[in-house]
Amino acid sequence: MNDILVFVQKAIAQSVPLLYGANGEILTQKSGNLNLGVPGMMYMGGIAGLMGAFYYERAAAVPSPVAGMLIALLCALLASGLGALIYSLLTITLRADQNVTGLALTTFGMGFGNFFGGSLSQLAGGVGQISTAVTASAFRAKIPWLCDLPVVGSVLFSHGFLTYFALISAVLLNAFLYHTRKGLSLRSVGENPATADAAGVNVTLSKYLATVVGGMFAGLGGLFFVMEYTGGTWVNNGFGDRGWLAIALVIFARWRPLNAVWGSVLFGGLYILYLYIHGLDRSMQEIFKALPYLVTLAVLVLTSLRKKREDQPPAGLGRPYFREER
Amino acid sequence: MSAVKEPLLHILKRDGIHPARALMIRLAAVLASLVVCAVVIVLITGLNPLEVYAGIWDGAVGTNRRMWVTFRDAAILLCIGLAVTPAFRMRFWNIGAEGQTLAGAMAAAAVMIYLRDAPAWAVYALCPLAGVAAGMLWGLLPAVCKARWNTNETLFTLMLNYVATQVVSFGIVYWENPKGSNHVGLINSSGRQGWLPDLAGNGYLLPILIVLTLTALLYIYMNFTKQGYEIAVVGESENTARYAGIRVSRVIVRTMALSGAMAGVAGYLLTCGVGHTISTSLVGGRGFTAIVVAWLAKLNPLAMTLVAFLLVFMQKGANQIATQFGLNENASEILTGIILFFVLGCEFFIRYRVAVRRRGEGVK
Amino acid sequence: MRGITKRFGSVLANDRVDLTVRRGEILSVLGENGSGKTSLMNMLAGIYFPDAGHIYLDGQEVVIRSPKDAARLGIGMIHQHFKLVDVLTAAENIILGMEGGLRIDMRAVESDIRALSEKYGFSIEPRRKIYEMSVSQKQTVEIVKMLYRGANILILDEPTAVLTPQETRRLFDVLRNMRDQGHAVVIITHKLDEVLSLSDRVTVLRKGRSIGTVNTCDATVRSLTEMMVGEKISLDIERPEPVGRALRLKAEGLSCVNREGRAVLCDASLEAYSGEILGIAGIAGSGQKELLEAIAGLVPVQKGRVAYVAPDGRTHELTRMSASKIRDLGVRLAFVPEDRLGMGLVASMGMTGNMMLRTYRRGRSLFFERRQPRTLAEQIVQKLQVSTPGVEWPVGRLSGGNVQKVLVGREIASAPQVLMVAYPVRGLDINASHIIYRLLNEQKRAGVAILCVGEDLDVLLSLCDRILVLADGHVTGVRDARTVSKEEIGLLMTSRKEAQA
Repeated sequence: MNDILVFVQKAIAQSVPLLYGANGEILTQKSGNLNLGVPGMMYMGGIAGLMGAFYYERAAAVPSPVAGMLIALLCALLASGLGALIYSLLTITLRADQNVTGLALTTFGMGFGNFFGGSLSQLAGGVGQISTAVTASAFRAKIPWLCDLPVVGSVLFSHGFLTYFALISAVLLNAFLYHTRKGLSLRSVGENPATADAAGVNVTLSKYLATVVGGMFAGLGGLFFVMEYTGGTWVNNGFGDRGWLAIALVIFARWRPLNAVWGSVLFGGLYILYLYIHGLDRSMQEIFKALPYLVTLAVLVLTSLRKKREDQPPAGLGRPYFREER
Repeated sequence: MSAVKEPLLHILKRDGIHPARALMIRLAAVLASLVVCAVVIVLITGLNPLEVYAGIWDGAVGTNRRMWVTFRDAAILLCIGLAVTPAFRMRFWNIGAEGQTLAGAMAAAAVMIYLRDAPAWAVYALCPLAGVAAGMLWGLLPAVCKARWNTNETLFTLMLNYVATQVVSFGIVYWENPKGSNHVGLINSSGRQGWLPDLAGNGYLLPILIVLTLTALLYIYMNFTKQGYEIAVVGESENTARYAGIRVSRVIVRTMALSGAMAGVAGYLLTCGVGHTISTSLVGGRGFTAIVVAWLAKLNPLAMTLVAFLLVFMQKGANQIATQFGLNENASEILTGIILFFVLGCEFFIRYRVAVRRRGEGVK
Repeated sequence: MRGITKRFGSVLANDRVDLTVRRGEILSVLGENGSGKTSLMNMLAGIYFPDAGHIYLDGQEVVIRSPKDAARLGIGMIHQHFKLVDVLTAAENIILGMEGGLRIDMRAVESDIRALSEKYGFSIEPRRKIYEMSVSQKQTVEIVKMLYRGANILILDEPTAVLTPQETRRLFDVLRNMRDQGHAVVIITHKLDEVLSLSDRVTVLRKGRSIGTVNTCDATVRSLTEMMVGEKISLDIERPEPVGRALRLKAEGLSCVNREGRAVLCDASLEAYSGEILGIAGIAGSGQKELLEAIAGLVPVQKGRVAYVAPDGRTHELTRMSASKIRDLGVRLAFVPEDRLGMGLVASMGMTGNMMLRTYRRGRSLFFERRQPRTLAEQIVQKLQVSTPGVEWPVGRLSGGNVQKVLVGREIASAPQVLMVAYPVRGLDINASHIIYRLLNEQKRAGVAILCVGEDLDVLLSLCDRILVLADGHVTGVRDARTVSKEEIGLLMTSRKEAQA
């Protein structure tokens, strides 16, 4: 019983970066941009937030958790937004291929993260020696009172604010996409940019905004991992393949933010399931780690079998738009 | 509307561009990217960028050994780039070369390990065969789903990369040496069963020659054979292909089998010719870099040799400056990223012309 | 609009065009295909930006840089290809891109739409998804969309091309309603009868230039045709008598469904004879495309059979055979599809590469042969006067007429027994059209059985020997083209729909 509670709690913790990444990518893909740079932007956001906090804590005599937190947030958003901006500039304005540009962004972002992470570790005196404990404490602060409740307290209310914000942002994103004018415009841009253009929607601006904000979401996912999950330190390539898993989640959720919420917990659970099944030998553990990908593959094949219009990727996904193209 | 304003910049599609001009634009982009890289280097490290570039040159081709390593690694990257080429020509977005290569490497390693005591010729023959078969299998899975149900191949191949990684992790548990280390170590280090032999006393030459042969073969296949023609037609329009009596699903499956098989060759070369081991990081992102190589070379196998060499050159050089100036090795990825951004961006200026509109421009 | 000029690459689409539209009138912009009507109007709608020239609205110079600018000035354009998002509802499409509060009040929007529909006499279901709608319903959504946005200058690009005569009549009533309420309506068309029955004034374009504007009451079919084509040309198309007529192709009870599972061809039968042109008429989307593709083995057939009778009298069953199997059987079936660059040709390849499309498999070699197709390409360039920089120049960059010459040239070169052509002169100028008619007649004289799907009834009536009419996937009749009246064909084209209603 206790095991299950811990499992759920950990699954939720695992789900957060995935949910951020997926929400960001849903927003991006709804504008017709398939950004495979999610892993890169997560690295950029994570390392930038960490650097901000690190230098702040070094400089300040008595660092304040809240100030550190704000600085970390700002840095993470700026860096990941910058990554997405490069992608946008290349694919939207310069009409470069989206797949290739996304992969280049991932190469760049991971290098960016590992380079500064490594340098920072060196500065701090070795791998794993970076400490931004003060700032991390702000990210890890639990909800007072509620977290002391029996059972639900530890499972649901013992997470940092970024966890709850991930949930809130998914709800907000859903409301935005399906109940507002701007959301309607954005969806139409991803489905049929020529139509949206003719209807007076600013296609280029919509794509830029959606992609950059989407990138910032991914950056928040990276920041969560660095600050809350690992407690304010850096390990090179520590993210593993969470960035790709976030893209998998977009498909799994069929481009709906609310599906991504429960999907992310499912993925998070599958990601660590091997730790909670007793009697698995190491080789089987490795097979279990492939579960989220296998589940995504199954969903991908199943939706392609059912051919329901609403479950398909945005029709304009992956194509650049040029108004005067004939 | 009070003031009359007109858009200042005006984008026109080019009807065609002189190859020399296109080359100039690309060279300018590379040059610009090097300048930006230099600025980044100065900003981050305060080092003299010229010294850093000298270090890059030194690291890539400074010694005989380094030069051969650069050539060989360029050949491996090229091989994976070749692998994705037919798929991309067919507009089948195979971004699963990483996984297909890994699958090939794993199969080759399995043969080396389990058939250690078989006759030498059998190991030599079976290693590449196993690698090709495994890569092919990994390429066929998304192809069959695409052909039958039109399953999105970009996402399918992407997911398979990680399944491949986990399968390799699974294998490593059985093959690790020493036990508990989670590393396989050099396979057959004493007897060298299955290792690609030296050629004229040079251990780098054979993989390079194999890949160059493949390059020539693929060039011929894509441009002069009936199957290559079919790939081009399917890539242009499936309707046209059906109209011409081409069985589209068969071409998709056949081409992806070829694509996966060539990735399998790269995996085999990595295991039996380069690393002599198997690990999840053996391919190390080359499956993704190779896509960029293929794309930048406009899917022309001959141009790909050049692009692959340039990228590996940069990486090797950056590794060198990392040790020389006490940076870490990931600097190369940042520099590679910047160069890629520029080169990807410059294609725009090859396809389009940007005109500045002047006010009151006369007719004609 | 004054002195509007626009070029695309080396093509001059509009050359110093002047155009005036008044409120409370319907203006027709008349011209052949490719005369620059659409690109001119696209500049009013903000899709293109003119290279030179000025636009004035109510005496003030305006600059229309984007569709948004156009919308703000009250200009709304309904394109030939509807600009609607398939997965959204009608109401969502109508309010798309409009300013307003953050949240959408769908109820209010829907009741506004209903009110608007009543005022002008539309019928529309605001909650229906676009992909579930018929063509004419989609067009209604487009018009409501423009009115909802307060457009008072409404531009319609070839609005009747996809409508039945009944739907056309209803549309015209609505347009007259709008004119009477003070809107300015512009319709782009190349159909003279529409111009005469609907509009108040006509502006005629030819080869990108404005030829002149006349009041409709002063115009006749003859005068407008002269303005449109420039010189008096005989509209007569040669029609040689069939010789050696023999059954060549027989289809019985063909039924097909489309990808969404809707029946698009029901129990269709036809017989094609050598030395004869069988015309196939129908409103766009009545199953013409499916009929030809079913015979060619390109779409799966649910029911029915297709048989080919060879000149030596032997009969081959073609039912459920793929295109490649039909070819392997030695049946020489040539097909010029509607979608020339998307189906008949490979746009990025040169003529040589395209000549190979049908023949590249020849021989057992792994490699293909390039010399023969190249010679063929050169012959076609010569014989059909294809204007191209060279046989390796990508055919996708050629003009529409040249593309069609390449395609028809290749299909005829295969010395077919059956030749199927879909919309052979769509998008072609008069000269190119006549070259195509001549080629078809040559084939007819050579004893080929020709199936020709067309949209212009006048052409079908003067080119074909018999006309088969499709309506809603059903064959509603086969008539002798020499004796049947246009009205009778028109009735057959719609008879099915009326029977259902």
